Amino acid sequence: MKKIGPPVDRVDGPLKVTGGARYAAEVPVARVAHAVLVLSTIARGRITGMDTGKAERAPGVLAVITHKNAMHLPPQPTRETRASQGDHVLQLLQDDHVLYNRQPIAIVVADTFERAQHAAHLVAVRYEAAPVDVDLLRTRTAARAPHPPYHGTVAQTLPVESRRGDVAAALAAAAVRVEEVYTIPAETHNPMEPHATIAVWHGPTHLTVYDSTQGVFEDQRKLAASLGLPRENVRVISHYIGGGFGTKGAVWSHVPLAAMAAQKVGRPVKLVLSRPQMFGPVGARPQIEQRVVIGAGRDGVLAAIRHEGRSSVSQFDQFCEHFTAPTRALYKCPNLDTTERVVSLDIATPCQMRAPGEVTGTFALESALDELAVKLAIDPLELRLRNYAETDPETGRPWSSKSLRQCYQTAAEKFGWSRKKPQPRSMVDGKLLVGWGMATATYPANVRPASAIATLFADGTALVRAGTQDIGTGTYTVMTQVAADALGLPVEKVRFELGDTDMPETPTSGGSCTAASVGSAVHQACLGAREKLARLGNGGGADPSVDEPFAAQLARHGMKRIEARYDAKQLETRDRYAMRAFGAQFVEVRVDPELGEVRVSRAVGAFAAGRILNAKTARSQLLGGMIWGISMALHENTVYDPKLGRIMNNDLSEYLVPVNLDIPAIDVLFVPEDDPYVNEIGVKGVGEIGITGMAAAVANAVYHATGRRIRDLPITLDKLL
Amino acid sequence: MATDLIPLGDPSLRQKVRLELVVNEERRDLVIDGYKSLLELLREELQLTGTKHGCELGECGACAVLLDGQLVLSCLVAAVECDGRSVQTVEGMQNGPTLHPLQSCFADAGAAQCGYCTPGFLLAAKELLERKPDATRAEIAEALSGQLCRCTGYLQIFEAVEAAAAQLRGGR
Ligand code: FES
Ligand code: FES
Repeated sequence: MKKIGPPVDRVDGPLKVTGGARYAAEVPVARVAHAVLVLSTIARGRITGMDTGKAERAPGVLAVITHKNAMHLPPQPTRETRASQGDHVLQLLQDDHVLYNRQPIAIVVADTFERAQHAAHLVAVRYEAAPVDVDLLRTRTAARAPHPPYHGTVAQTLPVESRRGDVAAALAAAAVRVEEVYTIPAETHNPMEPHATIAVWHGPTHLTVYDSTQGVFEDQRKLAASLGLPRENVRVISHYIGGGFGTKGAVWSHVPLAAMAAQKVGRPVKLVLSRPQMFGPVGARPQIEQRVVIGAGRDGVLAAIRHEGRSSVSQFDQFCEHFTAPTRALYKCPNLDTTERVVSLDIATPCQMRAPGEVTGTFALESALDELAVKLAIDPLELRLRNYAETDPETGRPWSSKSLRQCYQTAAEKFGWSRKKPQPRSMVDGKLLVGWGMATATYPANVRPASAIATLFADGTALVRAGTQDIGTGTYTVMTQVAADALGLPVEKVRFELGDTDMPETPTSGGSCTAASVGSAVHQACLGAREKLARLGNGGGADPSVDEPFAAQLARHGMKRIEARYDAKQLETRDRYAMRAFGAQFVEVRVDPELGEVRVSRAVGAFAAGRILNAKTARSQLLGGMIWGISMALHENTVYDPKLGRIMNNDLSEYLVPVNLDIPAIDVLFVPEDDPYVNEIGVKGVGEIGITGMAAAVANAVYHATGRRIRDLPITLDKLL
Repeated sequence: MATDLIPLGDPSLRQKVRLELVVNEERRDLVIDGYKSLLELLREELQLTGTKHGCELGECGACAVLLDGQLVLSCLVAAVECDGRSVQTVEGMQNGPTLHPLQSCFADAGAAQCGYCTPGFLLAAKELLERKPDATRAEIAEALSGQLCRCTGYLQIFEAVEAAAAQLRGGR
């Protein structure tokens, strides 16, 4: 695999720097009309009246669609009958119920965007509002078990409870104990490109949708089901996506609504959410409260862990963050109890957000371990090494590969961890307090079935296609590399196309699975094409890296092209091994003791994630992930008004994401790892691991700097003063 | 002045306005709706979709363009204000088939991940380097502080701007 690994430039780079890459809302479509959503201003109750007359009479308006005149659609699944993770229960103007604030309640279509926007403001709505319950930490609603796994193909396989050994007895006997509660507010994804959809009907039964989505096939399935169409009548295209981070991994109400509006006005319709509309109807990380109890010996060896918690969900749908998943896998510990519960609130349905479960769980666990280290006066890194899991602690299976020890060592050395003075407030820089913290990072190595087609042409070039998405992660580039490598061609001779349900089926881009899943399919399809070519009869060992044989062989057989398709399956070895990527995060903070302001001044992350397909795109993913972790620790907080149930900080000046002055000096280090079991190309995925562990590392560093342990994120100055 | 404000529903806003401007060195003589923002004019009327729509609130920088050489947020500029003026967008950065050094350095450094923030960053950086060819890392950070990127973590962007600045200086 010689072409894999080097920092090959992104093949989509030139299009992205010239404005040539067309994102969903930018696809030129003749006669396109513009739609704007009207969202509810209450979180629970009923619509008792809607005055749409003014809006209908406003200039340029083509239609105002409400529950009174909306197309009648097949019923949505319920939270019990949903088919998959992305199969949310949508609000498609079918009744007068309001289930959360900023729920779509009308859609206005006009000839220009501004006219639609103006008319949307003219829709007057009367409600019968009921009291709301939106705050996980204040609610009196009891936590309950999450709903059972989905019924469809993408099963939710993680158990919400796990038990091993006897935790109660081991805790009672433990020499030391840490018991603390950690909380995380709702966070909102905010990719820079808002959700955007263009719906184009071809007659009454065939639909093409240009959508900003992490999963064209999920989109196709959900659109077809929502609109009552056969799946093959719906085509979804998504060539460029301006970031997703999970919010575009599910189909939300505005997508079928755009199609409904297009049908109503008999013209293509473009619908782009405004930035304020990105806060509510398109998912968020749930609010989460976790309790971690650890019992250990004086030597720091873990005797028992209990990790339990609850996360917020809507009243009408399901979603559960598996925040205990990392605890079940990270350390050797004979006694373990984990429990995940949910609480139904009057909020929109939360969804996957970068490293769901892994990032939230590692915040709690890795903070608690730091507290244990402090109690025992053991170095936090040493404590982790004493509890290193040589095999998967839950199943006892061997790891397909695990290089966490090397990650700790590499990162610690680069960071200079051995120079740490253990006492809090013992390191200063002028009047600033300096603190060092560390934590473990981990993310499961996910692979899902994917397919691809490779075509070799008589001119010596190749075209490889798979329906997958590039959400900014570099799919175009790494798939071109994988294909070029398998075909023995230079990268310039290979074109990779994606983002279309007319191409071979691939999974939704989430769970860091695209490189591994689609990469394996591309690899196999290309090998298949080579084999077919060889079988044409020109001595099996033909070297396709020379243009000649390609052209010559195909010509001799009177062929213009040769094509091979591969349908990936899960590798059998996946049942024999436990598979995860691991890493180590080290962070330095500087805290102003008078103002309580925290700045991350330095961060070092070392990661072992199997084969790194492209050092450049992988570094970008990990770096971006680490920044997300810092942001989670210090900034991100979706604030609900407790009475209105409305997100109050719904724009980018109030909802804080990192700006460039928040960025410290960051080192991303790769620990080389060869994993023959994880999948055909040995890839574990790097899109999410970079964020995990980071929030704990920052919180641990803040403790070291100040002596104050902050257990509720984000760590803002008011909590330190 | 407040008394000069035209209410949204006012009929005058329904009127078409004649507008002459230069976009990427090309003269344009247009008749547009009076209420258009420069951003919508570029994206919807002229199909110059390289300029991005990120918030329409002046918060994200995705819509940044150069208006008479000055960096502006096109979502906050009324198209009618651009009469007789010159606009440069990302589509106008390259010289024939040759990418501007900023463009090639952004592509090489992996400074564009999803790429949605990229055009805004490019124009902000261009404006800076024209004014200050030897800008320091701190000055680059300052000049780009109005641009948000949710993907990259910014470091690759700084690296790209520095590399481009070196190329531009070397080229003169
Ligand atoms: S779109 Fe203009 S600043 Fe965000
Ligand atoms: S590259 Fe995606 S927002 Fe900057």
